[in-house]
Amino acid sequence: MAEEILTAETRLVGKEAARLDAVAKVRGQARYADDLSFPGMLFVKAIRADRPHARIITLDLSWAERHPRVVCVVTPEDIPGENVVPVIYRDMPLLAVGVVRYVGEPLALIGAETPEAAEEAAALAQVTYEDLPAVLDPLEAIREGAPQVAVPEAAEAGNIFTHMVIRKGDAERGFAEADVIVEGEYRTGYQEHAYLEPQGVIAVPEEGGMAIYGTLQCPFYVQNAVAAVLGLPLSKVRVVPTATGGGFGGKEDVPSQLAAMAAVVAAKSGRPAKLVYDRAEDIISTSKRHPGVIRYRTGTKRDGTLVAVEIEFYYNAGAYQTLSSAVLWRALVHAPGPYRIPHVKVDAYSVATNTVPCGAFRGFGSPQVIFAHESQMDELAGRLGMDPLELRRKNALREGDETATGQVLTESVGLPQAIERAAELCGWKGLRREVDEFNRQKKFRRRGVGISTVMYGVGMGAKAPLLDKAGAYLKLEADGSVTVAVGNTEMGQGATTVLAQIAAETLGVKLSDVQLAPVDTSRVPDSGPTVASRTTTVAGAAVLDAARKLRARVEAAARGFFGVDEVEISDSQVWPSGEPGKAVPLSEVAHWMWVHNWDLGATGWAEGAPVDWDPDTGLGKAYFVYAYACHIAEVEVDLLTGEVHVRRFWAVHDSGRIVNPALARGQVAGGIAQGIGYALMEELKSEGGRIVAPSFTAYHIPTSMDVPAEFVIEFVEAPYSGGPYGAKGLGEVPLMAAHAAVANAVSQATGGRLREYPALPERVLELVEGA
Amino acid sequence: MRIKFVFNGREIEVETHPGRRLIDLLRADLGLTGTKEGCGEGECGACTVLVDGKPRLSCLTAAIQAEGREVLTIEGLRENGGLHPIQRAFVETAGVQCGFCTPGFIMATYALLKENPDPTPEEVRAWLSGNLCRCTGYQQIVEAVLLAAKYLRGDALRVTRNEKTP
Repeated sequence: MAEEILTAETRLVGKEAARLDAVAKVRGQARYADDLSFPGMLFVKAIRADRPHARIITLDLSWAERHPRVVCVVTPEDIPGENVVPVIYRDMPLLAVGVVRYVGEPLALIGAETPEAAEEAAALAQVTYEDLPAVLDPLEAIREGAPQVAVPEAAEAGNIFTHMVIRKGDAERGFAEADVIVEGEYRTGYQEHAYLEPQGVIAVPEEGGMAIYGTLQCPFYVQNAVAAVLGLPLSKVRVVPTATGGGFGGKEDVPSQLAAMAAVVAAKSGRPAKLVYDRAEDIISTSKRHPGVIRYRTGTKRDGTLVAVEIEFYYNAGAYQTLSSAVLWRALVHAPGPYRIPHVKVDAYSVATNTVPCGAFRGFGSPQVIFAHESQMDELAGRLGMDPLELRRKNALREGDETATGQVLTESVGLPQAIERAAELCGWKGLRREVDEFNRQKKFRRRGVGISTVMYGVGMGAKAPLLDKAGAYLKLEADGSVTVAVGNTEMGQGATTVLAQIAAETLGVKLSDVQLAPVDTSRVPDSGPTVASRTTTVAGAAVLDAARKLRARVEAAARGFFGVDEVEISDSQVWPSGEPGKAVPLSEVAHWMWVHNWDLGATGWAEGAPVDWDPDTGLGKAYFVYAYACHIAEVEVDLLTGEVHVRRFWAVHDSGRIVNPALARGQVAGGIAQGIGYALMEELKSEGGRIVAPSFTAYHIPTSMDVPAEFVIEFVEAPYSGGPYGAKGLGEVPLMAAHAAVANAVSQATGGRLREYPALPERVLELVEGA
Repeated sequence: MRIKFVFNGREIEVETHPGRRLIDLLRADLGLTGTKEGCGEGECGACTVLVDGKPRLSCLTAAIQAEGREVLTIEGLRENGGLHPIQRAFVETAGVQCGFCTPGFIMATYALLKENPDPTPEEVRAWLSGNLCRCTGYQQIVEAVLLAAKYLRGDALRVTRNEKTP
């Protein structure tokens, strides 16, 4: 990206434009998956295993088939293509054959004329099992003699799906040089995405193939999965995302499974087939954040300079690989934190157990290790008698530094500025004094202030660079309006608005003249998955590329139109340079181009800058650029009840140039709320491999009363030369930073050390008593 | 059985049965899908509609309870054919992200502002605590409600918003 774009005056980029989809949403006109119907549509219900590990002896669907409103029943033999949900590996069947590996695994499908009939018929299925020994805990699953859960071809050894390492410097030597060493084990549980719209898809047979409508993040993944189960070429499957009511990673790979199920029912019956989960089915059967057991040892010099870290962690992947190897890789790279550390040793394991497969969730494996590294930093600060902010300031990565994977950061490192700005906004020293004063005065209430600093590798990174590409197509309509087509989805994050701003800025048109085309895999360029906080950066760069080409063409035409050597375009007006009085609306030039047979379309392409990685040492250029954040939380703990309330919150982010500050603030505030939930509230209980009480009655996410009344959100913008107008990713970072700041605040308030999420009242009381 | 009620300002008569939920009557039988189902057990508030001006969870309300009453859903909320001031405020403050919870929040806000035209931020937070949102962290929703209150009181013909959060 040219240097001038980083410093250019902008009309629209950096401005608080209203969301393009907001009006439809406030009117109730946006169409989500369950809002769509098709003539003759069937309703699908999955028959699911109720054993964590068992051989299927018989599967009797004769009663279900006799239900008067059942139209078809689908078993593995009815799958026309391959019985698989392809993700990274191909170990997960669409419908279990022979063996079930987790409670909730689909066995067969019912297609019925009403949702009630589908449900009734599913309940009539008779399944007999022979139970096999089940293993639910990852540490038990790696013991010798543990029952084999993992499909052997998908695992490195036994139940270890994947083991990855970083070996930088010499950790032993590092610890020998350290003056202070802290050590700890940290545990985190499941986190449920709790997107407000449950999963849902509709498969509609059409000439020659299948169309899929649904709530989803990755239309091209779904296309691939449906083609595989139907045995169709990709060209015969098209995927059309509906309005999507939240994703957070939960609609990355899971919709492939739903779409494949609906598609096989639609293929067998020849009728449209809708599969929409209720909340309970959604919680039981879909991906979650991996529970983790995480061990850290960190050493510093007397002055607080970090010298060595040794990390070992185990993530519970569930019964199948799905995205776990990718999640583990991000966790590996992010485990040492945003610090300069010469000696690093990391061993990361993802382990198969007889539980529902875990997957992508905002932060993608990093929040678990961030809890640990930020706790270690505070424990070190305590041992050193050093201010925790000072310790971070001292070790935070700066431009020119080397990361834990040996990557030299050559640009766009806004972490030091983020720390300074956060400290300034909250008045760090004064705030700490205020809290101490409060704690001296109150008998049964304690306040605490916590800080966290994080880094985030934008995009897919060096393990899957093949996915970090994006195409875009722009079309100037004959009336001067503009259509933008990309394959990324709008799930609430604001992508369509931000991409439209980039297009309008670059073309010199009004934002109101730009419309994003509805995504349909048969009609939009492949711009990769809508994940990894990559859309603004990578798809935005593709839109920018297309817009520049189109603008150059419009300028060439306008020169002919005016008969001059140079023209200017801004705000949908075109004029000969230096003669703004002669301006005409762009619509006139566009119409002239149409009449004179100009090509009004342009394609754009972007790829992430090259990355590399050595699997033996874990060293290399892991990501093309990083985003950073510093969060500070103030909490108040009731010492009698153990309840924690987050009083105030300060968040400063470096995500490069912010394209739309109002939307960016919203994403940060939402991530903070999700982080507060992760640290304090969200606990998904399971017994014997069964998730107990799968509902919002038992699984509490933050309400408007659980978030602080005072949020201060700011951006320090360290522009990235490879991003459109200097933009980097933002989406995942706020959650990653927020929970750790809250956790450190709880520890500070109680005088104990929180080592397990969530900090429910009983756990907080233990901290208070143990302090 | 047939029931009669005023639906979004118009009297209608529909066939239903005692086991039918109000949300199914609205979405499936009347075909208006603006009212959303997020949990089906009254925990998330996405299905909030107004019955005689009071917020009701349509997933826990029997359709026959609409008999003789006035039911207002997101589709019935408009002013002079355009956006209602509450809807406008949600657009202007970026109080909408994925939008799935939005109709429920807007209907709950409508009921709040009828009852209390000048709520404090604390009152807004307390009133909306039965509506879950997973995207926004509630900040811009609270801003939207306070802005809508100003619009409805008529003391905000031109509201200029701060560039930064307070």
